[in-house]
Amino acid sequence: MKKSFKSVAIILCAAVIMTLCLSGCGSSGEKTTIRVYNWGEYIADDVIEQFEEETGIRVEYDTYNDNESLYAKIKKAGSDSYDVIVPSDYMVKKMIDEDMLAPLNFDNIPNFENIDPQFKNLSFDPENMYSVPYLTDMVGILYNIDETGKELTGFKDLFDPAYARKVCMLDSIRDAIGLTLKMLGYSMNDTNPEHIAEARDMLLEQKPNVLAYGTDELAPKVMSGAAAMAMVYLGEGITAIEEQPENMRFVIPEEGTNRAIDNLVILKTSKNKDAAEQFINFMLRPEIAVKNSIETGYSTPNMAAKELLPDEIKNDPNRYPPAEILEKCEIYETLPADNTDFIDAWNMVKAK
Amino acid sequence: MSKALKKFYVFLVFVFMYAPIVVLMAYSFNDSRSSSAIWRGFTFDWYIKMLSDSQMMKALQTTLVIALSSSLIATIIGTLAAIGINNMKKRTKNAIMNITYVPVLSPDIVTGISLMLLFVFLRVPLGRYSLLLAHITFNIPYVIISVLPKLNQLNKNMYEAALDLGASPSYAYRKIIIPEIMPGIVTGFLLALTLSIDDFVVSFFTSGAGASNLSIYIYSAVSKKYNPSINALSTIMFVVIFLLLVLINSRSKEKTKKNVNY
Repeated sequence: MKKSFKSVAIILCAAVIMTLCLSGCGSSGEKTTIRVYNWGEYIADDVIEQFEEETGIRVEYDTYNDNESLYAKIKKAGSDSYDVIVPSDYMVKKMIDEDMLAPLNFDNIPNFENIDPQFKNLSFDPENMYSVPYLTDMVGILYNIDETGKELTGFKDLFDPAYARKVCMLDSIRDAIGLTLKMLGYSMNDTNPEHIAEARDMLLEQKPNVLAYGTDELAPKVMSGAAAMAMVYLGEGITAIEEQPENMRFVIPEEGTNRAIDNLVILKTSKNKDAAEQFINFMLRPEIAVKNSIETGYSTPNMAAKELLPDEIKNDPNRYPPAEILEKCEIYETLPADNTDFIDAWNMVKAK
Repeated sequence: MSKALKKFYVFLVFVFMYAPIVVLMAYSFNDSRSSSAIWRGFTFDWYIKMLSDSQMMKALQTTLVIALSSSLIATIIGTLAAIGINNMKKRTKNAIMNITYVPVLSPDIVTGISLMLLFVFLRVPLGRYSLLLAHITFNIPYVIISVLPKLNQLNKNMYEAALDLGASPSYAYRKIIIPEIMPGIVTGFLLALTLSIDDFVVSFFTSGAGASNLSIYIYSAVSKKYNPSINALSTIMFVVIFLLLVLINSRSKEKTKKNVNY
């Protein structure tokens, strides 16, 4: 009995020490601290450490996995939340509309000039007062060339009856319907009910082709040979090609596609706005931006960083599509709150 | 025949229970950067990368610190509460026990959201301390529930005998009662420790800036890019907990043997 008491006592002492350490960590008062909330696995190793070393500013870094949980977290935490967050395009708009973001002082962010002008003044932040683009993403098609026997070019290939039960579609209203709209030649933000009905009928007709609607599991399905092709986001497509270069191919559809842009913004409640702007400026430094782009697999909107990329990445038309495809790409706009056409159409497609 | 069938049945049960973990362990050695189920050769890379991943190590540290300190505090509060409850009159005892069971039975998400609302209402900043408080809160009932049966088994006369022999009440508690119920306290502590390491839902709602534990980290890591080091970390945690269980079991077996020898 005595023995067990002793071992418990040891555990308890360890716990007390750890608690003390915990409270110690919490109150290293003198240093400026900024709180950064970013997507999981969305930054290169050591970037935070390098920033801390250079500036002496401490960074508390946490991660989330979608825009909605980011929004919920910020809303509920109130004034005691983060300084820098990384919402996607439509979420930036929502946050601007709800007066949650602080206008940036671009005098503190001189590296903003590195950003490609085509990524400035976009529809979600027309005067570019609040946001700085971080990394960008696109939906494309990952396919197994052994299975398809030919190179694919666009979304229309997903609807080719030759590929019965060989196609994986993204299980997402905006991606599935929006990109079908795009294939039909409409805008993916089109709210005309007739056009949406047309897209819905296309998707219903495509059903014999569909092996699965899903998200993260689609790329592995193509790699294992269960499916011939899938709609996937660029980062996943690149990982698949790097891993299985002999038969994996990725293409940005010729019809144009959805361009998703994640942006660095500062919350209105931030108490260290100068330090937060310093952090954003640091992230826009070419050598830092290029590191982040290579490590995450996503494309950088930073021109100076793009120049530092290895040639085979820089000149890859799928990561950096030529102007004629880029022109056709769009950014999702928030649907009017009373619009149920998209949801109704998607429910019909999924239910059948 | 029926014996073979029985063995086969047990075998099946174990396969269902452990197959997912075995797969996870196998893939922690897979030389592949994606989540695809294709075997591409053996590697220790993910274990090495895991150690140099500062975000992951920070999350691990948060999990361990919160788990150890919350289960320690919960064990102290819970044991004291159990002693108090044990000495109550039957009716109040039943009432209190029912109140104790409610948090155990209510879904995690209810506990999580209500704690979050309470913290926001009381203006407790969401962060390390709110996370710690939340974990202590959901751990206490489990400690009470594991300590109470030991107190019930206790011979009531032992405490009085100690007093008769000149012990002060606190001395009697320290030297007689606590050692007698120690197995229950240890069980409660270990239960609280596992629950705290395990918890995602409550942590998700009650943590804030700079307080991401491992479950929150893993949850948020699956969005942009797949990180196989998570498999490596999960494998190590499983092995550690497994060894801990084996240790506890072998110790309790030794003890029963000793008791038989008396």
